[in-house]
Amino acid sequence: MQQRTLASLLTGLSMALGVALMILVIVIHDVTVDQLDTDAQGYHLIVGGKGGELQLVMSTVFHLGRPLMPIPYSYYKKFVDGPFAQYVEAAIPYCLGDSYQAAGQQFRVIGTTPGLFTKIAYGSRADGTPKHYTFQAGRNFQTDHFFEAVLGAVAARKTGLKVGDTFRPTHGISGRGDRHDQFTVVGILDPTGTANDRALFINIEGFYLLAGHALSAAPAAAQAPSTEGGPPAAATILAPTSRAAVRKTPLDAVSQALQHHPVPEEQREVTSILVLCKDAFGPMVLDQKINKGSDRIAQAIAPAAVVTRLKETIVGPVRMVLLILTVLIVIVAGLSILVSIYNSMSERSHDIAVMRALGASRTAVMSIILVESILLALLGGVTGVLLGHTILALAAPSIESHAGITLHFWQFSWQEVLLIPGLMAFAALVGFLPALTAYRTDVARSLGK
Amino acid sequence: MLLLENVRKSYREPSGARLPILDIEHFALSPGEQVVLCGSSGGGKTTLLNCLAGLTTVDDGRILIGGHDITAMAEVARDRYRARSIGYVFQTFNLLPAFTALENVLLGMTFTGQKADPRRAAQWLENLGLGARLQHKPEALSVGEQQRVSVARALVNRPLLLLADEPTANVDTGHQQQIIDLLREACQHENIAMLLVTHSPEVASQFERVEQLEQVNRIKKCLSGK
Repeated sequence: MQQRTLASLLTGLSMALGVALMILVIVIHDVTVDQLDTDAQGYHLIVGGKGGELQLVMSTVFHLGRPLMPIPYSYYKKFVDGPFAQYVEAAIPYCLGDSYQAAGQQFRVIGTTPGLFTKIAYGSRADGTPKHYTFQAGRNFQTDHFFEAVLGAVAARKTGLKVGDTFRPTHGISGRGDRHDQFTVVGILDPTGTANDRALFINIEGFYLLAGHALSAAPAAAQAPSTEGGPPAAATILAPTSRAAVRKTPLDAVSQALQHHPVPEEQREVTSILVLCKDAFGPMVLDQKINKGSDRIAQAIAPAAVVTRLKETIVGPVRMVLLILTVLIVIVAGLSILVSIYNSMSERSHDIAVMRALGASRTAVMSIILVESILLALLGGVTGVLLGHTILALAAPSIESHAGITLHFWQFSWQEVLLIPGLMAFAALVGFLPALTAYRTDVARSLGK
Repeated sequence: MLLLENVRKSYREPSGARLPILDIEHFALSPGEQVVLCGSSGGGKTTLLNCLAGLTTVDDGRILIGGHDITAMAEVARDRYRARSIGYVFQTFNLLPAFTALENVLLGMTFTGQKADPRRAAQWLENLGLGARLQHKPEALSVGEQQRVSVARALVNRPLLLLADEPTANVDTGHQQQIIDLLREACQHENIAMLLVTHSPEVASQFERVEQLEQVNRIKKCLSGK
């Protein structure tokens, strides 16, 4: 290796690049799957407007993509004190559609109730006990303090907002909308490892008071009957869906007139509802009533099932394709070790013969070639692992911003533990042919060259 | 110390026929004895050295070195015995270019089954006047220095037998005498038997015992290069 430094370095580098790619695929996949699994825990159902299941999960759980059409607040009330309440432990409304831009990144702003942080968990520990939200600073917002907000850990760190600071959410999720009234940060959550870390949660009462978020009184009254059985009034939407929602009140009217009073329920809508049922039958009953009943306003989905389908139909196959490609790259890199060493065997036959003349056995010279092959793979493998994780760390902000997946340099996958021994075994395999050539070296003839 | 009995060696020609190279009924060296082997090119001198080193197997006969019959040894045992008991100085030095002078000498100790001793290797190089050149690679050494490194490598394990295959063929007359003196003194000092192959009458004339291969070998004519 020392004698052929450049060739060895280039061979090791090609191996390193292949391994780095493999690391990226493995780690990003594992983090993605882990986050998919974690984020969809803590409640049984998500209830939202009619539309794609995946869109509902992505917007509600992962804060990605556009939310679906909202549903009337009266529908949410069914879970609180209506016909569905008997099955429900907790129902947390979500109002989506606002955002906050800071440090070059965009964060979703979610209008919700304090119950999000007290009534449902965000995951479970290995022993099955639920993990509840805790605060690293401040407290939960209070229902009657309309303009209070709680920040996820990452959102707080990235925006630099602290308890006592104020911020103005932007209307819409594009980040180019009008700026709303300001909210005061009263609490910052501990990291949860979920998409909620990157979100800003504001009091839903304050959300409704923001310009453009409440329905005007007349259309709302007209819409009211439809919530009892007819189709929803599609145009009465919240901020996320369309700026052309003509039946909204003028931008300033509601906020000015009702700044210190809750918006009437008939003028409210919610984007989705997180439903925690009392028992295992609750989700089945609600699924029957919501999805198969006469009431066609909303849909109820089990996020875990959607996430599983997402993993099986999209994430898994994509990962497999990428993994096959990276394995092929590593195989090509491994073959380059074979070619590199094999091509050098003729020039090395003399050195091998000298070693044999000095007493090296056939197996000793064979081992030297195998060790060289394995060392090259090890060198390339370790460099590749470091390179892969460095790329992960460098790309983390961009990936987090675009895909909502939080990555760190030290994020390791258990599969990486197998990678290096696997590479070494592979290197031993590809090194076998040149090693065999070394084994068969004709000492007398090679010494005479 | 060295005894050959009825040693026969032949090569297979492309036609499949056997080409006899060596047929030596008897040849012996005493411990510490220094013998020159002369002979025409293609006479089988190098083949004989390779057989003595155990690098090439004989067709028939026995080769005893220090009382051990190397023809009866398995290859691995023969390799180990060669590492410990036989030193080999080549015509072209055969130093490994990527290794320093010290590493080249250490390489000679690597395959003995015992731990390589850098101090002993360095001591040999110092004894041969290369104390200041330990970390130099062959390309940075003169021809004479390279040959001294190869001598140190061959003798560092204190072998019973030193085989020297035309060690002065590639050096000028001045260096030639230095190398011969060096080999003779070192072998004498360490009581190592030496079998030196040379074409040089000047070199041969300095030894008490000079053997002509043609007189030892019953095969009188071989193809060049064999």
